[in-house]
Amino acid sequence: MSDHHHKETFVTKYIFSQDHKMIAKQYLITGMIMGIIGIFMSMLFRLQLAYPGESFGIIEAFLGEGGEGGVMTPDMYLALVTIHGTIMVFFVLTAGLSGTFSNLLIPLQIGARDMASGFLNMLSYWMFFLSSVIMVLSLFVTTGPASAGWTIYPPLSALPQAMPGSGVGMTLWLVSMAVFIASSLLGSLNYIVTVLNLRTKGMKMTRLPLTIWAFFITAIIGVISFPVLLSAALLLIFDRSFGTSFYLSDIFIAGEVLHYKGGSPILFEHLFWFLGHPEVYIILLPALGLTSEVIATNARKPIFGYRAMIASIIAIAFLSTIVWGHHMFVTGMNPFLGSVFTFTTLLIAIPSAVKAFNYITTLWRGNLQLNPAMMFSIGLVSTFITGGLTGLILGDSGLDINVHDTMFVVAHFHLVMGVSAIFGMFAGVYHWFPKMYGRMMNKDLGYLHFWLTAISAYGVFFPMHFTGLAGLPRRYYNNTAFPIFDDLLAINVVITIFALIGGFAQLIFLANFFISIKKGPKAPQNPWKSNTLEWTAPVEHMHGNWPGEIPHVERWPYDYSKTDANGELWGGQDFTPQNVPIREGEEVF
Amino acid sequence: MKALFYIIIGVALMVVCWQLVKLLGLTKKENQTATPKENDINGKLMLVLMTFIYVLMVLSLWGTREVLLPQLGASEEAYHIDLLFKYSMALILVVQFILQALIFWFTFKYRGTEGRKAYFFADSHKLEMWWTITPAVVLAGMIIYGLWTWNQVMDASDAENPLIIELYAKQFQWEARYAGDDNTLGNANVRFIEGTNTMGVDMSDKNAADDIALAPNPETFLKELHLPKGRTVIFKLRSQDVLHSAYMPHFRAQMNCVPGMVTQIKYTPSVTTEEMRAYPDTKTKFENINALRKSQGKEEVEFDYLLLCNKICGASHYNMQLKIIVEEEADFNKWLKTQKTLAESL
Ligand code: HEM
Ligand SMILES: [Cu+2]
Ligand SMILES: [Cu+2]
Repeated sequence: MSDHHHKETFVTKYIFSQDHKMIAKQYLITGMIMGIIGIFMSMLFRLQLAYPGESFGIIEAFLGEGGEGGVMTPDMYLALVTIHGTIMVFFVLTAGLSGTFSNLLIPLQIGARDMASGFLNMLSYWMFFLSSVIMVLSLFVTTGPASAGWTIYPPLSALPQAMPGSGVGMTLWLVSMAVFIASSLLGSLNYIVTVLNLRTKGMKMTRLPLTIWAFFITAIIGVISFPVLLSAALLLIFDRSFGTSFYLSDIFIAGEVLHYKGGSPILFEHLFWFLGHPEVYIILLPALGLTSEVIATNARKPIFGYRAMIASIIAIAFLSTIVWGHHMFVTGMNPFLGSVFTFTTLLIAIPSAVKAFNYITTLWRGNLQLNPAMMFSIGLVSTFITGGLTGLILGDSGLDINVHDTMFVVAHFHLVMGVSAIFGMFAGVYHWFPKMYGRMMNKDLGYLHFWLTAISAYGVFFPMHFTGLAGLPRRYYNNTAFPIFDDLLAINVVITIFALIGGFAQLIFLANFFISIKKGPKAPQNPWKSNTLEWTAPVEHMHGNWPGEIPHVERWPYDYSKTDANGELWGGQDFTPQNVPIREGEEVF
Repeated sequence: MKALFYIIIGVALMVVCWQLVKLLGLTKKENQTATPKENDINGKLMLVLMTFIYVLMVLSLWGTREVLLPQLGASEEAYHIDLLFKYSMALILVVQFILQALIFWFTFKYRGTEGRKAYFFADSHKLEMWWTITPAVVLAGMIIYGLWTWNQVMDASDAENPLIIELYAKQFQWEARYAGDDNTLGNANVRFIEGTNTMGVDMSDKNAADDIALAPNPETFLKELHLPKGRTVIFKLRSQDVLHSAYMPHFRAQMNCVPGMVTQIKYTPSVTTEEMRAYPDTKTKFENINALRKSQGKEEVEFDYLLLCNKICGASHYNMQLKIIVEEEADFNKWLKTQKTLAESL
C-alpha cells in the first residue's frame, strides 16, 4: 500500500500518532506516571497507619495544608486512599495495562497493519490523557480531591457539607471519569472490531493466542459495563448540581433538612457495582492473557487446555456480570437476593480454578526459562490463587457479614487483582519490551526487581487478612481510637516497612526501563523463540508492521517442543512459529 | 519547596541505579531467554519464596491468634457463622498449601537446563473434567451450607418476643431508641428533627410516646447500649445524613444504615460483658493490650463490646463508636426502668 510513504512530522509521529505501536507506548508511559503517583500515595498513608500521629517531613512537604506539622489530617487520609484506589484501578490497571498491550499486540498478533480505526485509537489515548490530567489537577483544589472512597457512594459523595472533598474535587473526579469512560469505550470498540475483521489469512478464532482472546473478551465486558458507570455518574452529577433526587432522600445535615425525597443510595451501589465487579475482570483478564503467553513460551510447552482456557475466559466474563450483589450483602438487600448472589459468586470460582490448574499443569515437565517475565508470571499464578481463595469467604454471604469492609477485603482484592495484575503488567513489559523499543532490558535488575516486589507484596498484603479478622475496618485514619486494636500496631509497622521496600523497589524497574530504552543491547528479531506473529515483524518499527505481505497463519500458537513420530523435535528446534506450514506427517492440534 | 528536595533525592536514587546497571554490565552479550545458571539460581530462590510464604502464613495464623477477635462469638448467630468460617478457612488453607507447593515445586524441579526437553502436553479431557467437577462439588457443598447459615442468621420471622431497638447513625455518633412497652417504634423522619428530638421521632404517632431514647450514662457521660442476654434483639437501622454501617464484630453482625430507608439485622446475645471479660482469650488479649498501653503511658482498659461505624462517612469515620453492655435479662430490665420515655424527656 503506497499511502504508507507519506512524510511524518515530529507531531504526527510522537504526539498525535495514529500508529498502534506508538499509542501503546503512550499508554504505557502515562500509566507508569500515574502508577508512580498512586504507589507513592499508598506509601504516605501507610506511614500514617503504622506511626499514627508521628511527624514526617515528607508528609508535610507533599501534602501542604493537609499535612501540616508532618501529620496528615483525616480528610487528607481519605483523599489519599480514594485517589490511590481510583488511579490504581482505572488509570494504571485498566488504561495502562489494557491500553498498552491491547494496542501493541492485537494488530501484531492477529496479523493486521493497524487498528481498525487509527483515528479513534488516537482519540482514545488523548481522552485518557485528558482524564489523567484532570484527575491529577483535582489534587490541587483547595478543598481537596474526591475523598469518598474509590466507590464514591452517595450521599457522602453528593454533599459538600458531608466532607470537603465532595465539593469541587468530586466534580473533577466525575468529569475525569466521564472522559475516561468515553476513552475506554472508543478503545474497546476498536479492539473488538479489529479482532473480528482484520485477522490475517488463516488466523481462525481458534488459532488466536490467548492474549488476544483475553483482550477481546475484556473489551466486550468493558463495552457492556462501562456505560452503566457513566449513567451512574451522570445521575450523580444531576443530584449534585441540579437538585434531582436519584440517590438522595430524607437527609438532615449541617443543621438543616435537605429537599431530597424518594431517591436511594442503594440504586447507585447497584449501578456502580454492575461496572465495579466486571471491572476487576477487566483488570485481571488481560494480565492472565499476557501470562498465558509468557508461561507457554518460557515453559517451552503448549499452554495446557487451550480450549478450556478460552471457555473459562468466556464463562468468567459472563458470570462477572451477574455477581455484583456480593458487594452489597449488608446493604439491606432482601436476604433471598443475597442467596442468589452467593450462588453466582461461588460459581465463578469454577472457571477460575480451571485456569489456575491449567497454569500449574503447563509448568509441569516444562523446560522453564526463568527470565524476569516468567518469574512475574509465576508470581501472578501464586498471588491469584492466594487472593482468589479468600474470595470464597467473602462471596459467602453469611461470612461476609463479619469481614465486609474490613482490612480482610483490602488484603483479598489487592492480592487477587492488584498484585496479580501488576505482576501481569510487569511480565508484559519485560517480555514485549524488545518489541516496543527494539532493545533488551537488563535481566539482573529484572531479577532484583522481582524478588523485592514479590517478597514485599506478600509481606504487605498477607498480614492484612489478620488485621481484618481482628475486626479492623478499612478506610480508618488510625486505629488508636479503639483500644481493642492496640495490639495490631506491630503488624501495621511490619506491613508499612514491606510497603516502603516494595515501593522503592519500583525505582529499580524505572531505572532499568528508561536506561534500556536508550542503552539496552539491540534486540534480535525473536528473542524468546516465540511462535506468535509479532516476532515475525521487523525489529525496527514501521507503519503497517510488515514490509511485504502479512504472513499467513498455518497453525495454532502453541507448538512448542512438538516431536515427530520418532520423538525428534520438528525442524530440530523447540518452537514452530504460527506461519510455518504444517509439515508432512505432522499431527495438527 | 521541600517537595523539590525529595524529588531530587528520588532522582539521586535513580542515578545510583544507573551506576548499578553499568556495574552489572548492561551491554554485555547474553543469552536472551535465560542462562542455565540463571534458571538454577532463580529456581532455587523460588523455593525460598515458597518457604517465605509458608512461614508468613504460619506466623500470621499462629502469631496473631491472640490479636483476633475473641474466639468466642457473643451471639447465637455467631456460633453458626464461626463454624462455617472455620470449615471454610480450613478448606482454603489446605488448598492454598497444596497449590502453592505445586507451583513452586514445579518451577524448581523443571527449571531449564541444557539438555531438558519439555513434554508436549496440550490437553487431557479427563484431567480437565476432574478439576472442573471437583471444585464444583466442593463449592456446591459450600453454597448449601453457606446459604443455610445465611438464612439462620438473617431470618427474624420466628424470633419469640424480640426486643426492638432502633440504631440511628449520623456524622459521627450513634443514637438508639428502645421500642418501649408496646415494643413498637414510633414513626420517624428527619423532617421532625427539632431541638431535643434529635432522632426526628413523630410524636403524634401513638407508638412514639413510650419509646426510650438512649441517654448518656450519668457517671461517664457516654452512651452505653444495654442488651439482654438470651433475648433476640431486632435492630432497625436508620441514618440521618450519609451511609454508615453498624458493625458489631463480637456478635458477627453488620448492616448498613441508609438515609431514606430502614434496614434490619437481628441477633441473640449469648455472653454477657462480665462473662466475656472472664474468658481466658479475652484476658490474655487485654493483658497484652494493657502492657502495651502502659509502655505508651496510656491508662488501662477493660474489654467492652463495641459498635463501630464500618462505612466511610467522613473525617471522623475512624472514631464513630458506641459501647455495648450485655447483661442478664433481669439487670437489663432494671436498667431500662431507669430510662425516661420520650413522652417524659421531650
Ligand atoms: C505499594 C503497593 C500498595 C499498597 C501498600 C497499598 C495499600 C493500600 C491500603 C492499605 C489500602 C486501604 C486503606 C484503607 O482502606 O484505609 C488501599 C486501598 C486501595 N488500594 Fe492499594 N495498595 C497498593 C497497591 C495497589 C494496587 C496495585 C491496586 C490496584 C488494584 C490498589 C488498589 C486499591 C484500591 C481499589 C483501594 C481501595 C480504595 C478505597 O478504599 O476507596 N492498590 N491500598
Ligand atoms: Cu465483585
Ligand atoms: Cu463511618
